This record gives sequence, C-alpha cells and structure tokens, in this order.
Amino acid sequence: MLTTQTNTESLKTVMKNRDSHSHVSGKSIYVDDIPVRIGTLYAAVFSSPHAHGKLQELNLSEAKQMPGVVRIFTHHDILGENQIGGIIPDEPLFAEHEVHYQGQPIALVIADTEANAREALHKIKVDIAPLPIIVDPREAQAKGELIIPPRSFRLGDTAAAFEQCTYIFEGTAETAGQEHLYIEGQGAYAYPMENGSIRIASSTQGPTALQRTAAQVLGIPMHQIEVDVTRLGGGFGGKEDQATTWGVMAALAVQHLQRPVKLILHRMDDMKMTGKRNPYTSDYKIGLDENHRILAYEATYYQNAGAAADLSPAIMERTLFHANNSYFIPNVTATAYSCRTNIPPNTAFRGFGGPQAMFVIEAAIDHAAKALQIDTNIIQRKNLLTENSEFPYGQHAKDCEAKACWDTATEQYDLKKLQQEVADFNAQNELLKKGLALMPICFGISFTKTSMNQARALVHVYHDGSVGVSTGAVEMGQGVNTKMAQVAAHAFGISIERIKIETTNTTRVANTSPSAASATADLNGKALLNACQQIKDRFLELAARRLKVAVDDVLLKNECVYIKEEKTDFTWKKLVMDAFLERLNLSAKGHYATPVIHFDKAKEKGHPFAYHVYGTAIITATLDCVRGTYTFDSVKVVHDFGASMNRMIDLGQTEGGIVQGIGWMTMEELLYNKDGRLLSNALSTYKIPDIYSVPDEVSVQFLRTDNRHDLAIFHSKAVGEPPLMYGIGAYFAVRNAILAFNPQANVPFSAPITPEKVLMGLYGSK
Amino acid sequence: MIRFILNQHTIETTHPEGLTVLDFVRYQQHLTGTKIGCREGDCGACTILVGTLKDTQMTYQSMTSCLMPLKNAHGKHIVTIEGINCEHLTPIQQAIVEEGGTQCGFCTVGFVVSLTGFSLSQKSATYENAIASIDGNICRCTGYKSLERAADRITQSLQHKNQNQSLEWLTTKGFIPKYFEQIPQRLLALYQQANGSLQQAQQKAVYVGGGTDLFVQRPEAMVHTPITPLLDQGTLKYIYAEEGNCYIGGAVTAEELQDNALMQQIFPDIRAYMKLVSSTPIRNMGTIAGNFVNASPIGDLTNFFLALDSYIVLNDSGKRRELPLKTFYLGYKKLDKTATEYIEAIYFKIPQPTDYFNFEKVCKRTHLDIASVNSSCFLQVNEDGIITQAHISAGGVGPIPMYLEQTRKALIGQKVHADRLQHANKILQSEISPISDARGSAAYKRLLLRQLFYAHFLTFFPNKINLKALIAV
Repeated sequence: MLTTQTNTESLKTVMKNRDSHSHVSGKSIYVDDIPVRIGTLYAAVFSSPHAHGKLQELNLSEAKQMPGVVRIFTHHDILGENQIGGIIPDEPLFAEHEVHYQGQPIALVIADTEANAREALHKIKVDIAPLPIIVDPREAQAKGELIIPPRSFRLGDTAAAFEQCTYIFEGTAETAGQEHLYIEGQGAYAYPMENGSIRIASSTQGPTALQRTAAQVLGIPMHQIEVDVTRLGGGFGGKEDQATTWGVMAALAVQHLQRPVKLILHRMDDMKMTGKRNPYTSDYKIGLDENHRILAYEATYYQNAGAAADLSPAIMERTLFHANNSYFIPNVTATAYSCRTNIPPNTAFRGFGGPQAMFVIEAAIDHAAKALQIDTNIIQRKNLLTENSEFPYGQHAKDCEAKACWDTATEQYDLKKLQQEVADFNAQNELLKKGLALMPICFGISFTKTSMNQARALVHVYHDGSVGVSTGAVEMGQGVNTKMAQVAAHAFGISIERIKIETTNTTRVANTSPSAASATADLNGKALLNACQQIKDRFLELAARRLKVAVDDVLLKNECVYIKEEKTDFTWKKLVMDAFLERLNLSAKGHYATPVIHFDKAKEKGHPFAYHVYGTAIITATLDCVRGTYTFDSVKVVHDFGASMNRMIDLGQTEGGIVQGIGWMTMEELLYNKDGRLLSNALSTYKIPDIYSVPDEVSVQFLRTDNRHDLAIFHSKAVGEPPLMYGIGAYFAVRNAILAFNPQANVPFSAPITPEKVLMGLYGSK
Repeated sequence: MIRFILNQHTIETTHPEGLTVLDFVRYQQHLTGTKIGCREGDCGACTILVGTLKDTQMTYQSMTSCLMPLKNAHGKHIVTIEGINCEHLTPIQQAIVEEGGTQCGFCTVGFVVSLTGFSLSQKSATYENAIASIDGNICRCTGYKSLERAADRITQSLQHKNQNQSLEWLTTKGFIPKYFEQIPQRLLALYQQANGSLQQAQQKAVYVGGGTDLFVQRPEAMVHTPITPLLDQGTLKYIYAEEGNCYIGGAVTAEELQDNALMQQIFPDIRAYMKLVSSTPIRNMGTIAGNFVNASPIGDLTNFFLALDSYIVLNDSGKRRELPLKTFYLGYKKLDKTATEYIEAIYFKIPQPTDYFNFEKVCKRTHLDIASVNSSCFLQVNEDGIITQAHISAGGVGPIPMYLEQTRKALIGQKVHADRLQHANKILQSEISPISDARGSAAYKRLLLRQLFYAHFLTFFPNKINLKALIAV
C-alpha cells in the first residue's frame, strides 16, 4: 500500500514549485506589495446596508469634507456602461435606483490615505426605502425570481422507469455556501499610462474579463486597458469573475483623476461584498430494482444565485452535468432553477456546481441504503460507471476508471478490515463512535462553454539562450507556472532554469479564458507546446542543415543537438545564437483549441468534456458523543491523475482539495439572517480548517493505468477541482457515526454537519 | 518616542503608539513580506517574532502584528521575515520547499516565522510542539499535510540544538542570521541611551494588555488612542503560591499561564485546556486581566477562574480593592470597575489533590475558535461520596460569564449519582438564558451546556457515571 510516507519518497526527484523560494522568503510580490508610485491615492467602497430597497437619497456632502478626501464616485461618473455582468448584463458596478443585497457597492471614496478613505465612509448617508427580501431559493423560485429559465437534462424515461422499480425513495438535500477565504483578499492597483490608457495590476483569475469589463464601463476600447497579474494569494474561483469589480473601480478613478489608485478590500468588506459558492436545496427521487441497481433518478436543484447572474447560469449547467456523479443511471431527469435572492451574487468555487449535484445523489443513495439496511457502498459499487456508459448529456465514458479506482481503493486499503475496525471500536466504546464512508468521484474536464476552450502562448528565445514564456494562465498557488516551465523545458530539451514564466498580461496574450475549470494547464500547456514547436522546428532545420543530416534525425535534449542518439557539440546556446545571426524568428505565438468537444444547448446533448477524472476516497471519522465534536482518522484515496507530470504539485492539489472539501462539509457555515445580513462575516465567525482539524492521515495513491489521455498535457490529467469532492465523504462518515450512537437519530441531509447539527442529531429522535 | 530594533535596524519613531506593528512594517518600513489576511488575529499571515531581553537572554515569541500596537514594540526586538532571511534558505524554509508546503505563498511567511519562533524557543524539539507553534497559522491551499511533513523535518533538524547556547547553535546552522547574537547588547544599549529606562511617562490613556480584543473591536479608533501599556509591566507578571492561595499578575498571558510550573502542578491538564484557547500567537499576547475586562460572555479564562471562585484585585493609582470575580460582571459588557482602575492581580484558593477540576469548551472548530459554550467545574467530594463544595461556570448562555449559583447549591450535599445530576441540570437550565446567534441556536446551547455539565462528571468519575444513565429520560 502506498501511504503518504512512500509518496514523499517518490517526490524527492520531482520539480518543486518554482515560486517556493520567493514564497518562503517573503519576496513574492502580490498586488498590495507592488511598490507604490508617487501620488498614489487610496480607495474604499461604500456599500448598501440593506438587502433590498429603493435608493431614495445618497448624501455625500459631509463625507466630501473629510480630511484627505479627493473625490467620491458614483454611477453618475461612469462614461461607458454601468454594467459588469459577464454572462447576463444584470449587474451594475454601482447601484443606481435600487439595491439588491447588503454589501452592494454604491460609491467609491478616493482619499490620500487608506485610513482617510475608510474614515469618510462613515459620513456617507443613504436613504433606502425597503423592499421585500428573499434569501430562500425555493421562495424565489415560487415567486418566479429566476436568473434564467430552468434547464433539464434527460436520459431515458424516468416516469416509465419508476414503474419498474422495486424501491423508490424521495427526499431533500441541502448544501450551504462556502466562502473562498483566499488569504489574500481582493484588490487592484491601477495607474494612468499615456493617451488615456490604464494599466491595472490585479489579483484576478480572469485578466481578460477585467480588461473587457473595464473598457465597457470606462467607454474606451479594450486595447487601452492593460491587465497584469503576477500571482494570486489564492483564488479558488472567487477571483474568476468577482475580482473584476475592484479592478474596474480603480480604473474608473484613474480615468477621472489621472493618478494611481489602489483598492484593497479589508477582510470583512471582502466577505460582505463578494459572492461565494452557491448554496443549493434540492429534491431527489431514486428508484432501484431488487438487486439494488439504480433504474431511475430525478433531481430538482434550487440554486441560490444571489442578486445577479454572475457565473451562476454556468454553475447551474455543471450541476446538471454532474447529477449522476460516478454512477450509470439509465433513466435520469435533472432539472435546475437558478434563483434570484437578496444576497451577494454567488460565483465560481472549486467544483463549480458539480459538488452540489454530487452531494444530492450521494444523499439519495445513502437514503436508499439506510432504508434497505444495507451498506451504502453496496449500491455505490454496483452502479459505478463502466466503459461506454452514457451520461445524461449524451457523452459516453471513455477510458473509464471508476471501477479501477474503487476496486484499487477497497483492495489496497483493505476496506473489509477498516469496516471491521470501525465495528469493533463501536462495540467497545460508549462515548466515542466511528463512522466510515466511501466517496467515488467523476468530474468532466473542459469549460462547459465550448468557445472558452482555447488558449494562446507567446514564447521568446533570447539570443543568450534564455527563454521567456507568456501564457494566459494565472498562477494562484496551483503550480501552473511550474507546469508551464516544465512544458517549455521539455519541448526545447533544455534546463528548466533557462525558462522564465512572465506575468499574465493582456498585451502579451490576449483574449484569454480565465484560469478555471481545472483546464488551465491543459489549455495553456498545449498552446505553449505549439509555440515551442514552431521555434524548435526552425532550430532543427538549421541544425540539420549545419550538420548535413536529415531533419528527422536531429533532436534537442540535454541542452544539445543530438543526431539520433548521439550527442554533438552543437549546444543550445550556440544553436540559438546561430539562428539569431541567420535572422531566424526566435519568437512564436502558439494557439490551442480543444478538439472533439461540442454541446448543443437546444437538445442538452453533446460531448462537452475532453475527458473525465475519476477517483475514490475512504473516509473515517471519530465522534465524541458527549460533546458532539469529531475528528477525521483518515482519508484514503486512489485518484486518477493519468500520467502525472508533477507528483508534488498534484499531491498538493489533492490534499488541499480534500481539506477544503471537508471544510465545506463540516465547519464552514455561511449564515445569512432573514434580512440578508451575513452573520458569519469574519474569520472569527466563519471557520475554515486549521492544522488540528485535518485528518490524521491522508493517503493518496496514484492510479496505475495504461490509458493515455491525449487531451491532457503530457497525459497528466487536470487536478484542480476533482479532489475537493472527496470531502463529501466526510459528511457521510460523520453521519454514520451519529447513527452508530443513535440509530433513531434524525439527521437531515444538510451540509455542513456542524457540531450543532451533530449534537442535535445525537440526542434528537425521529 | 518609541524605540526598538526592527530586524537589524534601530527604530526611533513618533508614529502613533496605537498604529499596528503590521501597518508600520508594511507601509512605513516597506517590509512587505509580512502579509495582511484578516486584521483580527485569526489567520497568522502577519505573524512576527517579538524578542524580549530578560537579564542577558533574549526570549522570542510569535505574535500577530495586526493586533499589536507600536507601543508594545517599545524596547523589543521585532523580527519579520526580512530579518530571518539568510544568504541561503534556512532549514525551516528549506523543509517547506522540500515538502511542497507552499502553494499560493500568501500564508507561507507566517508559517516560516512561527516555526522560526519555535526553533528559538525553550520548548523541547518535539513534533507536537512544532505543530503547536503553527496552530495560529491558517492555510487555504495545502490542507496542511505538507506542512506537517515539513514540521517533522524541522523537528528532526532541531534534535541536536544546544539549549544552553541555542542562539549560537541556530546561527551556526543557518536558522537565523548572525546579527541575532548582537541583539542583547544592542537592546541593552538602547535602554541605556534612554537614560537607563524605557519606562515612559504615564498619561491618562486607555489601558492595553495584548490588544487582542481592543484591536479587533475598534481598530480604527485605536490608532489615535493614547495607550498605557500593561502587557510588558514586570510588576504585573508573576505567579506564586502563598498561604494556600495562588496569586497571578494581571499581565500574565495565557501562554505564560500554561507554561508555568506551579499552574501545571495545580492543574495537570492545563496544557490540554489551553490548547482549546485561541492560538499560540494570541496566547502570547492576550492577558488574564484583558480577558476579564473584555467581559465577553464566553471568555475562556474568565470561565476557568470563575469556577475557582477567584478574587480580583483592582488598582487605581495605588488604591486597591478586592472583589469576587463572580460579582465583577453587572450586565452585558458592564463591569464593577471605574475607568481608571485596572486589574492588578487575581487569586484563588489552591485546590487540593483530592479536589476535582475540569474545563470544557466546544466551538465550531475545536481550536482557534470562540466557544459556542464553555464550562468549568470545581468539586470537592468527601469520603462518603457526598459533594461538599462545588463551583460551576458557564459561558455563552447569558449576557455575562456565568457563575451558576443555583446549580452549585443543587449539587452540594448530594451524592454523585446520575439522577442527582439530572436534577442539577434542570436547575442549571433554569439559570441560563442563551440566545441564538452565529455560534449556535439557543436550543443547541442549552443541550450543549447539559452535555458539558455531564462531561465534567464523566471526566471525574468515569467508573461511577455513565452517559446512558445521564441521558435516560
């Protein structure tokens, strides 16, 4: 069995994250670390204190008199459109006539210092006539408050199939939202360039989205806005769309004042003003035959979109894509409503609607198993996807690793023994109980909007042999810069030390897709490979000519030209210089568009994903039945990485994803009251995992497979999002421990399973 | 004028004494390695080391610079990551790199600083202590497993540390730069330069201990507030026993409390209790008096000392008065204390070895969180198994930290028996008035306090009391 320990051994030879030296030395530069230019002004956002109402009066006169205040901007100052909606134009930058959530920006104070800007916020007076507030998505749906019309994915005929079912179970499952809690908050620093151009340094996952939106709001062409991103102190989806607002505001102030402007959100403002993972409440109906084969599944999802569309329509779509998780179900009807409520517009978060769907199917299966008094994993195992299984959206599972992951996990980690240990422990202990759960995952890789699956890269080989690489990929901790450097070094056959990964900048690489959907390394890596190949072809042709051999016999590796397997003294440096003197082009722009994929929204069928990622986790929890608190003994995973190109980075993504998923399922509790006020609005009330709350053991085994996934960069499958969904197993492990103590416990399928819900479950009854 | 050494450089500044050290190092000194994550001591991205000269030795503690007023830096050696960096990566930095313990990097500096603080401390080089040193550092990317592996490596590399000459050993091994060795002399010179004393003229100002509550609650106002610092007052830092009582100075921090030999002797489980109380950097800052005066209904230390039936000593320019801690709280955040009084000390009767004491706390996250409900219990039981004395406290179930007088009465004279405890719980439930908030519903807090009340007895009498009997209807 491969444990964490042996994994570590195998990691020793692996390429470390290239940023790690500057990270541990505090020399890495984030937006707020950029040396400020002379004359820099500071911004603070005034936002709505009410969740819904008519904006009657905004009185800025006193605030304008405050020390250091330079100007206060509102929607009146927008020269272009007061509109930042990405998918649907339904979201103003600054509220005009109405406010739709607490924390909605109304005005922007600019002052000589941050403290003065913030001080002036207290002097702004606003009169808002209240309108009815909705925070519950079901209420919104009932009142017709939908962001887009509902959508349904269908496979087979559920109505007919339920007639054939021996067992049918129905219920409700809910998952709360999740605050991204990137440790670096949102922020941007914009400064004027000549002729009305503006450069924005931003902590954004979507440089092009910021560029496009800033141009639209400022009423200038996109080429006058340059967005530059060095790195992010965490994103997780929270800076895909929602970093845009702050960059645009800073740019707006620059446009008017022609002074550098910095806007960094304080944590409580960040938590109050930005959207989170969409909460969902869902109904399910599951039907099985007498052999526990799932014949039919219906799910209706009520997505809490918040006050505007943001990315919610796309998130809702991915919910439908993952309705059946890792299972083949011949008859499926999945329907989703994106419900407009009066909380901040919710947004992308690792998994992007997929985890919410997976929780529902897992709840349905667990419901069935408990009612049938069998182990949940019997139903799970029996219904796993197999080769060529059809998904409700028409794609067929290819190189399906669902059973391979499951069987490897249950054999190598010895599920029977683990189950016996839990049973023995529970028989012997009155105050502590253990629970175990399995969580298989299947996650589709690609942006579900086909047009977004494109990328470009710009490569310069400098005549000293060093290489500069620009792509559309944003480094946010996921290690994409390291992977890009690996791609370029491998392509040229040179040391990785020669490769510099440049900032992500819209003037070097334009029209980018955001770094999201786990697809960043695939898309940008393939584009980079394409650029490198163009330069390499020129070099090989030159080398072949000089060495008087066929071009097919020449290759580049170990910083040298090789003829077949024989090393020559034609070094990389000499080759580059010769090419330069021969006036060859040492630069190239690469392009990539994922082949194969397509999707027809009219039919809700197609082939939206380049490939799927699979895996299985076994999670064990120990519950303190006196206090209602719990810990996790272990998370044992077999994950389908394909042929991992960087095991250290991929392991880090997996461990981090698991813990983030466990956080979502356990302690991270977003609480809005009926007035739409966020109660858990600070780190003191919104708790994410600390070092003591992570599982004692996290074992990650890389699935051995012969399948070669050509659409994954170097056959190394996307890894960003899928591991988060193992965390769902944590919910069921705790739930099972509660039932071990109190078989009569009423534990609704409602995540997170906080110590409060646990204790109420332990001592409540049906 | 505030004087201290920041990394290698002597600082003399007239910046406001309420300015946080975080803002000072980042925006006045342009040392941007120290990060801003939350500004409320809950993430650790801004962790710095604070070195204090005691006799001729330095002691270093990790603190969150976001809650630390510049005034509290006076006379100290303040160390940021820039003051830790050596020519090559330190073994701590190297371990994090080797184990992939950094992803986005934003929290990483805090981890490096905390672990460097661990290497500088007198704590023994165990894995548990290494992990404890980073219990106040939040990472959103890694899931901590790689950081655990790094901590393990670091523990190994510290096995051969010479405790007597640790500073020299650490500089030789490249954990810290050479200049650390000169800091004691330099601080001494700094004192002498300031006429042999760093004591400053007292002015009418707000008393500030560690600042861990004030700078969370009123950060913007505190910048412009004159401060009378209490944290570093040697005269308020003591723990001793006299005539059966234990006396603790008001400026003693939670960390000092748990590290104290006398406290460990009286409360063998004090480390386990304190592990539930905030985090290492916050325990390094937060004082007992500060916890009492903050008057949070769920103050952990308040809860702890209430069940010891403690007394506090208030001082107003030398005029002293004493009162029981349980009468100190008049209403929500309302104290029996004038603006000019400060808590000089606390004392309590030292429990006998045959007495029972326990502290319980449950929150959403077990560590580094504020309690949903906490409770402490002191118990004396005679040879016949009769409860002869009891003190029970409960937090989070009323407007003030509660001393449960009626519950106590219900227990005294009774045998330790499930039905007696059930009865006492009924009384307990009538004494409390929890409300629903972000820390839990009122119904939950009632149930939870029942459970914690029972947990005291399950802890004291594991063979006599069983859960099933307690919860049987």
